[in-house]
Amino acid sequence: MSTATTPSTHVPVINHAKRRQAVFIILAGTLLVAIAQMLIKSGADRLAKTGQTGLLGTAIGILTIPPLFAGYALYAIFAVMMIYSLKHGEMSVLFPLISLGFVWVTVLSVLVLHEAMSPLKGAGIAIIVCGVAVLGRGGSH
Amino acid sequence: MSTPVSSMALVLGGSVIGSVGAAFLKSGAVLVERTVSSIVLNWRLALGAATYLLSSVLFVKGMSHGELSVLFPMVSLSYICSLVWSRLFFDEAITSAKLYGVGLILVGIVCLGLGSA
Repeated sequence: MSTATTPSTHVPVINHAKRRQAVFIILAGTLLVAIAQMLIKSGADRLAKTGQTGLLGTAIGILTIPPLFAGYALYAIFAVMMIYSLKHGEMSVLFPLISLGFVWVTVLSVLVLHEAMSPLKGAGIAIIVCGVAVLGRGGSH
Repeated sequence: MSTPVSSMALVLGGSVIGSVGAAFLKSGAVLVERTVSSIVLNWRLALGAATYLLSSVLFVKGMSHGELSVLFPMVSLSYICSLVWSRLFFDEAITSAKLYGVGLILVGIVCLGLGSA
């Protein structure tokens, strides 16, 4: 795990451990975003009931409606995770990995909102997971 | 039900803008150090975050009208753009693993879109 101490060169040093870490951080982040989207959706329904949907009303709503606050807080955490990942990893690997969010949203919609599951949805989930695996593995080496 | 052209334009536009936002985030992220100023005074990060936010607003607006089986796959444009931007601006190689990975993701999103119809 120790890294050799080399004098500063103009060749960029690729830290493979950090790159792998960046991949896992983004993948974990996609789950946070999916949860955030569900929280914001349920919070937005409560906000709509208050009738205060102007700019100020929405701002107050974000601070006072717990699911709305939690949802936006998760988004902020994801932003920090994304910036950390992009600093250490390749954008061409990390950005398409965000598509795993489609999988989480579909799974959560079926589990939490009891939407219907279909063979096509199952196939879509499986194929996206394969794509994420190919991209994540290929990109961390 | 058909998909309005305006919805397609919003989703396609959101895709391109989102990938540009990620490129600004990346260019800002590499400048982040353990100092407050490297984060607070980092205009690339701020622009990236704002652009990324704008793209999500465009997605929500676009997806509210029209068929998801048509609109979902259009989001894949952002992944293709990200490959191009990262090659142009960050000298990242376009490897076969990246092309296969993005290709599979594209097919998977088409299936999800059709399944949600």
